Amino acid sequence: MSNTELGLTGRWNASLPASIFDQGAPGRRGLTFPRWDGETIEPRLPADVRRAEPADLPDLSEPEIMRHFTRLSSLNHHIERGMYPLGSCTMKFNPRVNEQIAGLPGLADLHPEQDVEDIQGLLAALHLLETSLCEITGFAACSLLPSAGAQGEYLGMLVIREYHRSRDDDERTEVLIPDSAHGTNPASVVMAGLKPRTIASRPDGRIDVEALRKAVGPQTAGIMITNPNTLGLFEENIASIARIVHEAGGRLYMDGANMNAIMGKVRPQDMGFDVVHLNLHKTFSTPHGGGGPGAGPICVTAELEPFLPGPRIVPLGDDAFALERVPGPDDAAIHAFYGNVGVCLRALAYILRCGGDGLTRASECAVLNARYLQTALAEILPVAHAGETMHEFVASGAPWKKEFGVNTLDIAKRLLDYGFHAPTIYFPLIVEEAIMIEPTETESRESLDGFIAAMKAIHAEAVRDPDILRNAPVTTPVGRMDEARAARQPDLARLGPCQCG
Amino acid sequence: MPYVPHGPGDIRAMLEVIGRDDISDLFSHLPDDVKLQRPLDLPAGLSEEEVRRYFLGVAARNHGQGELVSFLGGGVYDCIIPAAVDVLSSRSEFLTAYTPYQPEVSQGTLQAIYEWQSYVCRLTGMPVANASMYDGATALAEALAVAVAARRRDRVILPGTLNPRYARVVRTLLGERGIELATAPAGSDGTTDVEALAGMLDDRTGAVVVTNPNYLGLVEPVARMGEIIKTAGAALVAVVNPVSLSVLMTPAEYGADLVVGEAQPFGMPASWGGPLLGFLACSDAYKRRIPGRIVGRTRDNRDQEGYVLTLQTREQHIRREKATSNICSNQGLNALRATIYLSMLGTEGYRELGEANLVRVTALRRRVARTAGASLPYDGPVFNETVVRLERGTAAGFIRFARGHGVLAGISLDGFPGCGSGDLLVAVTEKRTAGEIAAWGDLLQRYLDDDAQEQP
Repeated sequence: MSNTELGLTGRWNASLPASIFDQGAPGRRGLTFPRWDGETIEPRLPADVRRAEPADLPDLSEPEIMRHFTRLSSLNHHIERGMYPLGSCTMKFNPRVNEQIAGLPGLADLHPEQDVEDIQGLLAALHLLETSLCEITGFAACSLLPSAGAQGEYLGMLVIREYHRSRDDDERTEVLIPDSAHGTNPASVVMAGLKPRTIASRPDGRIDVEALRKAVGPQTAGIMITNPNTLGLFEENIASIARIVHEAGGRLYMDGANMNAIMGKVRPQDMGFDVVHLNLHKTFSTPHGGGGPGAGPICVTAELEPFLPGPRIVPLGDDAFALERVPGPDDAAIHAFYGNVGVCLRALAYILRCGGDGLTRASECAVLNARYLQTALAEILPVAHAGETMHEFVASGAPWKKEFGVNTLDIAKRLLDYGFHAPTIYFPLIVEEAIMIEPTETESRESLDGFIAAMKAIHAEAVRDPDILRNAPVTTPVGRMDEARAARQPDLARLGPCQCG
Repeated sequence: MPYVPHGPGDIRAMLEVIGRDDISDLFSHLPDDVKLQRPLDLPAGLSEEEVRRYFLGVAARNHGQGELVSFLGGGVYDCIIPAAVDVLSSRSEFLTAYTPYQPEVSQGTLQAIYEWQSYVCRLTGMPVANASMYDGATALAEALAVAVAARRRDRVILPGTLNPRYARVVRTLLGERGIELATAPAGSDGTTDVEALAGMLDDRTGAVVVTNPNYLGLVEPVARMGEIIKTAGAALVAVVNPVSLSVLMTPAEYGADLVVGEAQPFGMPASWGGPLLGFLACSDAYKRRIPGRIVGRTRDNRDQEGYVLTLQTREQHIRREKATSNICSNQGLNALRATIYLSMLGTEGYRELGEANLVRVTALRRRVARTAGASLPYDGPVFNETVVRLERGTAAGFIRFARGHGVLAGISLDGFPGCGSGDLLVAVTEKRTAGEIAAWGDLLQRYLDDDAQEQP
């Protein structure tokens, strides 16, 4: 059957608009400014500090601008268009009320240099978020400062480092990282001035406890563990792992990227961790926005709390709050101000809307959805590592490669023709031709069945005519991009004069 | 349950496929000794209306720049946000999309980022820009790490006139990388002492930061600084307010190698300081070294033009511990907002924006000049921020007094090198009216007069 007979064409009817730098005409304007109604002023700005030529920008009217960006928007896959089975990214529904709330006057228009008297409501809300995240993770204290998961990792490493230093334990500089970890883990360790050391996973994808026992020592600052790990498998030996690391004097960092699997079921502190970061843009429903902004708060034990950078939000009773430990010029800071506050407010709205039972239900259904997909696809897409997979599973495209000569990328690209986003592919690195699928709890049974049907149809295509996969996608606004050309002859900006009207 | 589609029938049917009786069976393999044996101690879920009511209550306890008249700056400014910015950026297609790793279904995000990179290049005069950074402060730290690595030198000079919040982030993020940080003093005119800077430069200095305008709002001697930094063989890393580039010399014109800054004024609400929009631009020599995402234009297998994330071999998901940085997000939605904002301005609008800031800050300075008991300690050119010196009382006292009259008068500079308890940093953006500036001046006069009566 052709793509048209399959009903795959016509999903996208958009082509790329012209560059904005080639639109409009001189004299057109979108925004004008209020007229100055004060005394006439010719500003004194010496010629030798002025720019030589005005910046050459395209001149467009508001209707043209609305059309340009609306046309651009029609070229995007997004959650409200279709599913993102994107492992490790937790692409769940983004509630609209969260957006309304973050934009409220009295929240969106607060300046970071305002006095605490003017932001009492904000501090109450942020404190409620901190205590809620502490309850979800089991920890004693929370810092909302990190702007992203990677910054949470960095701050977590900083806290562990400062803890060891405070005990004159300066030799503890090594951080153990399983080979299945996110790439940010080792990168964050290096930025914090510590040394990452990779530990191999066991053949079943879990941490090798015996190897760990041999790896720890007086040099161990800590370990970074994702649990459930990036294969979607729970590290069932976590309590022994924590004991081994603690007995060696190290501290345990949990990469909370997969928290969506375990809310209300098991808490990082109870597993023996000392720090966790949470991706508010994953587990707590804030939008990805095409790449950000997200937020990556960390929660820590009481032992590590003193090493969190300021300011700390402190309740004074009677619903009044103060900011304490406001950083001085020589204190640590990872953001000019207080991190991505607007994102934090959205996450709090989500937590309040769900409640404890709703969050638990979210995790249950996230696991249910993943297991349902995994079971239904087991024949054509077997998992790489046996075990009770949780909110996501990792299959290997290796059998498809062997039998049909198509690789994981081809499968992913053909899914685009079927109206789905591609899964995460080629990660984790320990799985050959990895395909990592995470449906999240906000996909309905019908939507999962649609995905299953698409995967089966693609499998049938691979059997019959693997070129269909190799040439995919064919129904999308553009085909596969020449990435080698993009990297070899980088064209990174539209320079030169605007070619308008 | 909110946001979860499953009814009881769905769950039963799905469990049957999986071969389990109860949803809790899916968690039965979690070891008992770590499992949570009670429900989460959080309130029961609320309806959307109750959540909204809670936040309306929260917002009502705050007093923002919509309710008060704001002269606060210091890195975040009260600016006009056109409706098109909110409407377009809240479209699901942009808001709920993932990072554009699948270019075939992400051309909207990719082209918008490419256009953002192009705008940054046009504003700064640089040929290359990335997709964005968390904020101006982290962008500066990252740019410095790039500069010293490229120059193979291990010393960085920061100007004493740098925003102290930026200096703090730089010290934190570079603190463990074996980089020595030195501070160049300011002269009595409130800008970097060029002679002193020249004396500090040596063959270990890999990068020098130039901040323009500086934290005190003053235009720095950028041309002279550019010359001596070049001669010393160090990289010039500029920190700029991108609004000011509408009228001020571009970093490219004074020889910058890397340029960073905070683009919040291009359509971002202040939001208590975040999320913001850091940007990072560079000369061609640095394009394979800078951190963060970069979009490039290329062709597809149907011979059409299109866009793609490129030069990814710099990034953490490929390089892991050898990566340029651990950053793996950008402020995509905010970069989109800024792109829409700039397209609303156009060439003439951008220039007018700059002039509007200059006019308003000049009006405020004139008012101060006419005010007995207050003065302008620095006469150099400013863009939209200025230092006001109170001869009586304190900046903190005036801030409290003005706040009582619904005005956020400025930021106290007490503790900033060269400043004292009477020094106030005042920002005047295009949003302030002549009447608001006059009212600010009246409050200043009244505060000074009251203070004179109290302390004869």
